[in-house]
Amino acid sequence: MMGDVLTKIEIVTRPDNFEAFKQELAKIGVNGITVVEAKGTGLQKGYKETYRGVTREISLHDRIKIEIVVCEVPVQQVIDLARKNFNTGEPGDGKIFIYELANVIKIRTAEEGRAALKNEQ
Amino acid sequence: MELADSVFMFVATMLVWIMTPGIALFYGGMVKSKNVLNTAMHSYMPLAVISILWVTIGYSLSFSEGNAFFGGLDWIGLKGVGFEPGPYSDTIPHSLFMLFQMTFAVITVSIIAGGVAERMKFSAFLLFTIFWSLLVYAPLAHWVWGGGWLAQLGTLDFAGGNVVHVSSGVTGLVLAIMLGKRKLSGENSPHNLPLTFLGATLLWFGWYGFNVGSALTINEVAMVVFVNTAVAASAGILGWLAIEYVCNKKPTMLGALSGAISGLVAITPACGFVTVPAAIIIGLIGGAVCFWGVSYLKGKLGYDDALDAFGLHGVGGTWGGIATGLFATTSVNPGGANGLLYGGIGLFWKQLIAIIATYIFVAVLTFIIAKVISYLVPLRVNEEDETLGLDISLHGEKAYHESI
Repeated sequence: MMGDVLTKIEIVTRPDNFEAFKQELAKIGVNGITVVEAKGTGLQKGYKETYRGVTREISLHDRIKIEIVVCEVPVQQVIDLARKNFNTGEPGDGKIFIYELANVIKIRTAEEGRAALKNEQ
Repeated sequence: MELADSVFMFVATMLVWIMTPGIALFYGGMVKSKNVLNTAMHSYMPLAVISILWVTIGYSLSFSEGNAFFGGLDWIGLKGVGFEPGPYSDTIPHSLFMLFQMTFAVITVSIIAGGVAERMKFSAFLLFTIFWSLLVYAPLAHWVWGGGWLAQLGTLDFAGGNVVHVSSGVTGLVLAIMLGKRKLSGENSPHNLPLTFLGATLLWFGWYGFNVGSALTINEVAMVVFVNTAVAASAGILGWLAIEYVCNKKPTMLGALSGAISGLVAITPACGFVTVPAAIIIGLIGGAVCFWGVSYLKGKLGYDDALDAFGLHGVGGTWGGIATGLFATTSVNPGGANGLLYGGIGLFWKQLIAIIATYIFVAVLTFIIAKVISYLVPLRVNEEDETLGLDISLHGEKAYHESI
């Protein structure tokens, strides 16, 4: 595993277009991802809900957080795909965070690093 | 006036009434969680709007004496519609008959909501239902039940296969095509199928009032209708699940519910004219053809009839109308006619004429009404609102709140 650079890419964005993004990721060789539903707030304005005349200000929006770890696939390719699919031009499109990782271990086989990221049978 | 018949029709009216909240739940469970309230509102609002319209003018246009195409204006504002039995039944109050028919006018409009779900603007839908109820439902009801040209021709439609199901199904289809597909129409994502289960159960429950009540009295025919309705729904489940198992190897609960509704739709026009074995066959085939309608026909033709208003009610109602022309027998109902299997070729053709006339009339009028409304209000929500979900963007409320 020495010499392998492992990068974690974390994308917080709107849930729409996720399906298209996932399919395009598979095409460039990213097969394993983790997605969690999230709430977020940033530049985008909140909205109002009203129940029996009582108004409630909502500032947290529904978002998803997509976590991707790559080694062979260029990080820039993933960033480009994310921006292509999630950029609506409006505030609220979200952010991409990039981290360098110490290691990856596959639970079933104990493989590490680059080998652990391969999803072949 | 007879007390027994009046009590019976009072119960039947309430049973049909519960079908409308039932369909709101049935549809509500099938959409994404961000659109459940809007979808339920589309099906619920006819209880408010169409009911008022019905007592004001709709009932008169449908059932009072007029020409072959429209009823007259004699009963506007329920003038002369009171406790005294009317021309449609000697044994129940006229106003009770009017209320029974009101629940039909309401449920028909609420079925349409299935075709337009998750993208039609609330205001546009409300406007549409007002004009549609007056210009499409009222004439159709008059043609079939109010002594109009289909009644004079001798077509049979016991509880509203054409008037209720074909008409709402075709309308849902035309609107679905005019609105275009939802943004993510490929992903069917029912967010709460237990809700759909509850809705479908209320629909089936209410359907006994819908079909049996259409006899307007408790007699031999009414009891055949009761049995036919029960077995057709059961057979519909079996028909749907059997073909679903063959195609997908897994029987689904949504499939079982859809099969029950398919069987019920299919038996609706036939229930007072066919034998019990015929009702089982009609239900079985009803479940199977509706499965074909939603899983094959819809994909093949590429329209986005979101919750299958056409796939269940249009396809099932069409089959039911044809089946009436095949299986009807005067041994069940001397007031009916013999279908093709009993040597009555005439009835079979009349049934086809009724179905085709309904398709054309409903499709053309729906297109015109929706087109005119589109100049006043956009039919469809904008992309941003659709993404956010119609509950928040159109109604400012959310069905489910998480902890934060």
